[in-house]
Amino acid sequence: MKVEAGHSPTSPVSIHDLTVAYNRKPVLWDVDLDIPEGKLIAIVGPNGAGKSTLIKAVMDLVPKASGKVMIYGNTFKKQRKLVSYVPQRESVDWDFPIDALGVVTMGRYSRIGWCKPVRKIDYKRAMDALERVGMSDYARRQISQLSGGQQQRVFLARALAQDSTIYFMDEPFASVDAATEKAIVKVLSDLRSSGKTVVVVHHDLQTVREYFSHVILLNMRVVAHGRVEDIFTEENLKKTYGGRLTLLSEAVERMARH
Amino acid sequence: MIANHSISDSRVSLPSLEQIVQVLTLEEYNTRVVVLGVMALGTAAGLVGTFLILRRRALTADALSHATLPGIAIAFMVMVALGGEGKNLLGLLIGAFVFGCIGVLAILGIRHTTRLKDDAAIGIVLSVLFGLGLCLLRIATELPNGNTAGLNGFIFGKAASMVANDALTMGVVALGVAIVIGILRKEWTLLCFDEKFGAVQGWPMLWLDVLLMAMVAIVTVIALQSVGLVLAVAMLIIPATSARYWTTKISSMLIAAAIIGCLSGWLGGITSALIPRMPTGPIIVLICGFWFIFSFIVGPVDGLIIRQITRLRLNRRISMQHILRAMWEVSEDTETSQFSIEEIVYVRSWSKRTVSKLLRRCEKLHFATRVSAKNWRLTQKGSAEASRVVRNHRLWEVYLITHADIAPTHVDRDADMIEHVLGRDLVAKLELLLETPALPKSPHPVGEQQ
Amino acid sequence: MSWSIIDTWIIIIGALCAAGCAIPGTILVLRRMSMMGDAISHTVLPGIAIAFLVTGSRDPTAMLIGSVAVGLLTAFLIQGIQSLGKVEAGASMGIVFTVLFAFGLVLMRQAVDHVDIDPDCVLYGSIELAWFDQEPDGLGIPRGAIVNSVMLLANLFVVLLFYKEFKITSFDPALAKSQGIQPSFMHYLLMTMTATTAVAAFETVGSILVVAMFIVPPATAYLLTNRFGMMFVFSIALSIVAAALGHLSAITIPTWFGFSGTSTAGAMAVATGVLFIVVLLVSPNQGMISRLWRRLSVRILVIREDILGLLWRLEERGQGKMLPIQLSEAIGTTELSVRMALLSLKKRGSVSKTASSWSLTERGRTNATKLVRSHRLWEVYLDKHFPQDTHQLHHAASRLEHVTTDAMESNLGHAEVDPHGSPVPDEE
Repeated sequence: MKVEAGHSPTSPVSIHDLTVAYNRKPVLWDVDLDIPEGKLIAIVGPNGAGKSTLIKAVMDLVPKASGKVMIYGNTFKKQRKLVSYVPQRESVDWDFPIDALGVVTMGRYSRIGWCKPVRKIDYKRAMDALERVGMSDYARRQISQLSGGQQQRVFLARALAQDSTIYFMDEPFASVDAATEKAIVKVLSDLRSSGKTVVVVHHDLQTVREYFSHVILLNMRVVAHGRVEDIFTEENLKKTYGGRLTLLSEAVERMARH
Repeated sequence: MIANHSISDSRVSLPSLEQIVQVLTLEEYNTRVVVLGVMALGTAAGLVGTFLILRRRALTADALSHATLPGIAIAFMVMVALGGEGKNLLGLLIGAFVFGCIGVLAILGIRHTTRLKDDAAIGIVLSVLFGLGLCLLRIATELPNGNTAGLNGFIFGKAASMVANDALTMGVVALGVAIVIGILRKEWTLLCFDEKFGAVQGWPMLWLDVLLMAMVAIVTVIALQSVGLVLAVAMLIIPATSARYWTTKISSMLIAAAIIGCLSGWLGGITSALIPRMPTGPIIVLICGFWFIFSFIVGPVDGLIIRQITRLRLNRRISMQHILRAMWEVSEDTETSQFSIEEIVYVRSWSKRTVSKLLRRCEKLHFATRVSAKNWRLTQKGSAEASRVVRNHRLWEVYLITHADIAPTHVDRDADMIEHVLGRDLVAKLELLLETPALPKSPHPVGEQQ
Repeated sequence: MSWSIIDTWIIIIGALCAAGCAIPGTILVLRRMSMMGDAISHTVLPGIAIAFLVTGSRDPTAMLIGSVAVGLLTAFLIQGIQSLGKVEAGASMGIVFTVLFAFGLVLMRQAVDHVDIDPDCVLYGSIELAWFDQEPDGLGIPRGAIVNSVMLLANLFVVLLFYKEFKITSFDPALAKSQGIQPSFMHYLLMTMTATTAVAAFETVGSILVVAMFIVPPATAYLLTNRFGMMFVFSIALSIVAAALGHLSAITIPTWFGFSGTSTAGAMAVATGVLFIVVLLVSPNQGMISRLWRRLSVRILVIREDILGLLWRLEERGQGKMLPIQLSEAIGTTELSVRMALLSLKKRGSVSKTASSWSLTERGRTNATKLVRSHRLWEVYLDKHFPQDTHQLHHAASRLEHVTTDAMESNLGHAEVDPHGSPVPDEE
């Protein structure tokens, strides 16, 4: 009767029985998932379905109530060099006294190491990353003077400067201009062709087919996941967006209150 | 001192030139100690304060400094109990440091275990530990061989009690702080800007945070003697906040904050040496306050004046564009391309005075000329400029009607608001999008707008 | 300990003062503006100093006006610097109150030859000497008691008058505005109240300890109740207790160690802190102990139900008896907790013991049936909505079964068999 889902050592991200609760309200409950390697994967689901929480829990940014996450068969702590993160734009103070290049070099900090200053090569890498998102002209611009889309591209460049294998992006397409959208899509396809795994929290159902190869439909639990052609069906979407499963949320909420 | 002052006599006796020179050259031992000490303190506080401000922890630092009081009292009692004289500065400061850290931990504890928010947690720790400190201080005065005179000085600061060694300690601490900040600048920048990203990268954010607060505690502790614990937080936050109005780079902000802190210390030290009955700590804080007001008003980054100027410039550009558009639209309808002020007034809801003022500015810029006593005409240059402005406006109108579904009756006003703030590249995009001829016709009758 | 009428009056005055502070304090804490109370109470000092320098006397009315004016100026400046200067709220407060306080200290020092404002008084207040200040004479009531009762009554009056306005603006300023209540008016009304209260309390407990009176009792009350009105009641009660406790400990505790006593105002602040810690530990809803207890009892409940479910399934397969050690292995917990759970089940008459093995009683069977039923219904439900994770169904359902209410179960629907093919038992 009891089946243990094993962790696949080849999967870039393997999630097992993951439960996360915020202020006693469960956001994710018993999520089980193996993410395929080298694909562009969208996480799709209604508001409050736990999309951002899922990637945050993978990166140990929110405490897990239970469950395990493995990155290529090892814990996140041991594998964090492989992971890049593009947080939501609103998560930082854009009045901070720093320029775009300064933000992007942050992606190099862990390579530079403790206490050492930023080297020339790091600035060069950061500039390359800015170039890739079409922002090299704005390198010395203070970040508050950038438009929302440009800020998003700076965040993307910072992740690129890290040069890792797995990328987590939290709603990178949220309210950006056309130029930024185009730049992000280009970066995504570049990343895919160089074999990286990209997991994107996405809110726009219209563009899923166009931008991504795989999709995870999420509503507190995984409703379905797999290739876009197979999974992104009207029936599955109805299941995902058909309102919260009130009975389950009620039960899980009671559980969390304990 | 002087007993026979009347109340209304608020005269401050001015120091003589000789006195001023004596103070400025730091000839006198006491002045030298105090001035050099508070300068070192101001520098250190400016440096640490920069990160404190960027981390948005101003009030936590306030709680920290108030929480040092029981530490001072307990350290004093312990030292007396051990047979010491009780007022060993190092001992007192260690006690203060320990309790400062306890205070910060208590704030974090309350925030994590209850549903109270930061503000309440800070207020509770600040007031209760300060109360405890006052109780213990009162008790300490009754210790048989303890001489508590001067312990009160830690509350409001008593720079006069400083000796050379104290100033030296301050200097060493300032140097230490500067070195630590030089080493950890990159890490703390990450902590203050994007903690989560740093955590994903594997930086021990919690320990960096603890280390930063420890630095704050150290600076607070060395500020106790001169500035006092009630005002210590001012040294940390005011120079750093003022520095933000001068630069948008973190390295220059550190330097600016250090300079402002150091200068405030210097000016404060000198002022209190020159003018009688000027307590050093409060004077330094007041001077910091002046720096803040000065920076707040004239600073080139978001300073009050610069913001007013930008706004005025924008307003000016907008009214210039409005008058150009009005002149264009009015002359479009006439044979002679001439128009009177009244016609402009009719088109725009401006007063006659505003219109003639704007027309005079147009004349200066060679956009318009006066052809007769009543009539004006656009020059060639003005025509070109006006047609550009009108074109932008109408492109926006068309865009808003076709793409944003805005009623033609409202479109004029909406386009008005948008067109002034957007640049050339957007206009180019708009042209591409709309594939419009050189100058679209106005989608609404000109001159009937409100 | 020798008690005198002076001590009685100290407690009365302290309680009046603390209760008066608790009223604006409650609103400050609820609005997350506690530190505004701190900022304003600091600026009482420059207010008094300015009033003194302007009028040249210690006229209480002038001092009240001066302090309230500076207090409001503080609130105004903090807001202004925050919005105009793009400065974070905390830093803005820190700048304004330290500069004004420093200004007050300088003024006081300048006037030191003419004034008898004692820096100690700023810190400690003068509650110990309040009895001797009887003006108007002959009533036998100290002035401090009159001042503080007037303040308490005025605060009560204002809060009762604007009760629902404060409630709505604290909870949802946008909603308030849409209903025609100006949040900014309520803000400055609160600031006026805070400033006035700070001035009145200043004399009693000193400028910094006022902060304890403002913040700590309401914060404590916040851990005790979820209701707006009750917060005021609890805050006032707590602050009265803190005042009494504070003075008592100020005159007793130090004597145990051979000292004569300590500052009453300081001890009152500490007492508010002690009450806070006590409530933090034992509060019925938010307290740490009750939370710990609840977690523990849920764990035992889960083990109890797991035992019932296990025994039921064994019966289904024709067994039905088990040793505690076997049970603990099957459930995956320690033998000790299984034994404890078994004892508690026995007390409820759900299990019985023959030899050293345990089996279900009739009553236990009924309960167990219900559990297994909801377990298997959950499996059906989950299978329907999340079809891809069949391997997890059992695991998920065995956690859900413990929290299923009757109402939930009836909503789970009906099924004959679960996804693994086991029959779903009917309710008995």
